[in-house]
Amino acid sequence: MKHLISPLDLNKTEIDELIAIGNKMYENPKDYSSICQGKKIATLFYEPSTRTRLSFEAAMLNLGGNVLGFSSADSSSAAKGESVADTIRVISAYADIAAMRHPKEGAPMVASQHSSIPIINAGDGGHNHPTQTLTDLFTIKRLKGRLDNLTIGFCGDLKFGRTVHSLVQTLARYYTNIKFVFISPEELTIPSYLKKEVLEDNNIPFCEVRLLDDAIADLDILYMTRVQRERFFNEEDYVRLKDFYILTNAKLKSAKEDMLIMHPLPRVNEIATEVDEDPRAVYFKQAELGVYIRMALICRLLGLL
Amino acid sequence: MLNIGGLQDGIVLDHIVCGGAMAIYSYLELDKYDCTVAIIKNAKSKKMGTKDMLKIDGLADINLDVLGVLDPNITIDVIKNGVIIEKRKPLLPKEVTGIIKCQNPRCITSIEQGIKHKFKLVNETTGLYRCVYCEQAFKRRHG
Ligand SMILES: [Zn+2]
Repeated sequence: MKHLISPLDLNKTEIDELIAIGNKMYENPKDYSSICQGKKIATLFYEPSTRTRLSFEAAMLNLGGNVLGFSSADSSSAAKGESVADTIRVISAYADIAAMRHPKEGAPMVASQHSSIPIINAGDGGHNHPTQTLTDLFTIKRLKGRLDNLTIGFCGDLKFGRTVHSLVQTLARYYTNIKFVFISPEELTIPSYLKKEVLEDNNIPFCEVRLLDDAIADLDILYMTRVQRERFFNEEDYVRLKDFYILTNAKLKSAKEDMLIMHPLPRVNEIATEVDEDPRAVYFKQAELGVYIRMALICRLLGLL
Repeated sequence: MLNIGGLQDGIVLDHIVCGGAMAIYSYLELDKYDCTVAIIKNAKSKKMGTKDMLKIDGLADINLDVLGVLDPNITIDVIKNGVIIEKRKPLLPKEVTGIIKCQNPRCITSIEQGIKHKFKLVNETTGLYRCVYCEQAFKRRHG
């Protein structure tokens, strides 16, 4: 592993190793607090994503390293029209590793082709966001104790939600006895290539339902995503449908005692704030664990562990 | 029976999806050669109903790799001394660089200077190509 561009760049062994390292770091953070001393991460954010950027920076600081970078395209050389290839050639001389967020799909891959330091894709348009996938896997493994034998429900915008697509692909490829339940309005169903090429062709069971109430009782994990107004053709449909995809304490009544409620954040209103108090709500924990899996990844890519 | 219409030496591209001949003409950059090219549109075909054809006179060593990417059902007939000496389907190259373009406006190839568009064959049965950068499927103009 030289760079991390797509979640599928990692094989199962590499994912399991990262999770094992992440666990150790989470349990004994002091043991790793100076492992990256003298190392620098460049966070190259061509579009703002404060949460993801801070997660990378916190990860590097926890490891005793330093950070530099920019947080939007207008404060960077991109505003002057510099290519990704040229930017990364220069940054390679300034830092030891880089995390890149870019609105254009494939930009981190271009960077990796011209870079002498490891590149981590921190989100490229609607395409990939592999450290979110790692965060999700780490969260499930840590809080559920397993990544096999699970019934996972995805709720909300399953058409455009890249975090959902990546997690489904990764789980389907590497882990066994997983059942997927896709809960979405008809306008926002999971893309057919995922159903066909990833699930059906590999005999992985899944079902599609329209209402959260119809599915919630069976789930070991409920992965919520945002249903955005602008994804609907008309306002009436949005108003009519949106409440079906909002998680409330009332809807949780029929859920399993040990179901996990996950969300990639930021949340808007798809999870009522009353749910935050429920012990099954793990989305803030998920964000916290994201720092540790990024720490593991940084060390791995730097060849330190 | 295929009418090669007096072609002595050259190549006939047969079974082109109807309406596809001009695109293939330009992808092969036939305008850059001074050979005679006949473009036949809407020819009757038992197999396809209607089809397009291209007859290229006197040009043998042209790179036809791109054909599989554009229209994998084309038949390539190589003619020597007025006889078809070879009849084959185009190959599906594993990778295609700098020939077809990614149409995804969100793809980095739409803004990065000096980048070559590059596609990978991801399904040999369907002949599906995806952009290596954004993974968008290449849509053939016809068919
Ligand atoms: Zn592309």
